[in-house]
Amino acid sequence: MNYTFQFSDVLAAWPLLLKGTWITVQLSLVATVLGLVVAIFCAWAKTSGPKPLRWLVQVYIELIRNTPFLVQLFFFFFALPAIGLRWSPYTAALTAMVVNLGAYATEIIRAGIESIPKGQIEAGLALSLKPHQVFRLIILKPALRAIFPALSSQFILLMLSSAVVSVISADDLTSVAANLQSQTFRSFEIYIVVTLIYLTLALLFSGLFRLIQRRALSYPDRR
Amino acid sequence: MRTFGIQDIWFILQAAQWTIGLSLIAFVGGAIGGLVVALARTSESLVATRLATTFIQIFQGTPLLMQLFLVFFGAPVLGFEVSAWVAAGIALVLNTSAFLGEIWRGSIQAVPRGQWEAAEALGLGYGARMRLVVLPQAWKIALPPTVGYMVQVIKGTSLAAIIGFTEITRAGQIINNATFQPLIVFSVVGATYFALCWPLSFWAGRIEKRSAALQAR
Repeated sequence: MNYTFQFSDVLAAWPLLLKGTWITVQLSLVATVLGLVVAIFCAWAKTSGPKPLRWLVQVYIELIRNTPFLVQLFFFFFALPAIGLRWSPYTAALTAMVVNLGAYATEIIRAGIESIPKGQIEAGLALSLKPHQVFRLIILKPALRAIFPALSSQFILLMLSSAVVSVISADDLTSVAANLQSQTFRSFEIYIVVTLIYLTLALLFSGLFRLIQRRALSYPDRR
Repeated sequence: MRTFGIQDIWFILQAAQWTIGLSLIAFVGGAIGGLVVALARTSESLVATRLATTFIQIFQGTPLLMQLFLVFFGAPVLGFEVSAWVAAGIALVLNTSAFLGEIWRGSIQAVPRGQWEAAEALGLGYGARMRLVVLPQAWKIALPPTVGYMVQVIKGTSLAAIIGFTEITRAGQIINNATFQPLIVFSVVGATYFALCWPLSFWAGRIEKRSAALQAR
């Protein structure tokens, strides 16, 4: 092996890498928040919504879970503009991520809802709570505690798979890497550095989520 | 500019052979690697456990796309010229090893402790204990998530399109560039993946229900 590693060009571009990292984190956080809104709605629709809606949500989930994220991204970025919906790479990437996370999180949330004993729901109804109150107070909150670990790993998976949005140049960390590559031709070094950044992000977030789980969501809860 | 036609669907179906081929390589290689990782993770050797844990953390904590790039751009640095096909194969095998390793570690550890102890009490060595007592039971627990993971492997092969390997997604890009009918092209591409993945998802769901019912008995 007669290759000399040269990290100087890559490391000199740290402001760009930092900006790309921030966009990756931002995309993942925003997509997760919006995706959770979608998922909570879909989980409600799937467990207690009207029949046609249940069916529609099921189709959405199966379609998303059985096709690659890259194809979904292409669909949103290339196909929808063809029928008049024009948007920036960033918005297309964000939409694809929201739609993708929404489908996976629906199943996680549904499992959480189903983990609530039926008797508690009946007790809530017997106390003359309205169905939406039962959902919000008796199902949603304790279910959140049960599904938090699964949701946090889904967040990390989303953040890592978001590297793919670079193919439509959405300015994320991997896009920055691709641009640097065409300027410096130091592909291997760039991808080593960027991979390490992703690894750091993943470890940081999983540590953070574990902390939240321990501090705010663990039993016994005496507050 | 031409319109999307039957020959394009044919082109996508032909490209599906490559997706299936790449998935099989990733799955078979990943199953072998995954077994090694799972056994290392559950072994009594501290070095093996640490090595396997680090391996899993690296591959689960970084994007598959980066792993693909590192193999694709890194191999020439180490003196090997690799094609997109080989690079994708290597990256996917390593990635699948890490994920299957973690799934199977969970399954091995889900085998009741008493079974391990009983095997030890019978004087079985590590090899015999694993082969005759632990793995056959772990296999049943592992089957549903393993089948489910095959779907992830198939979807993962789409990333090979980015380094220029002509599988389903790349075929779609090529046709789209020629016809500029993205709506139909990417719908067909999506439908092709769906046709490959959905039966596996369905099967995974069924065997999972069955094993849940067995455990509830």
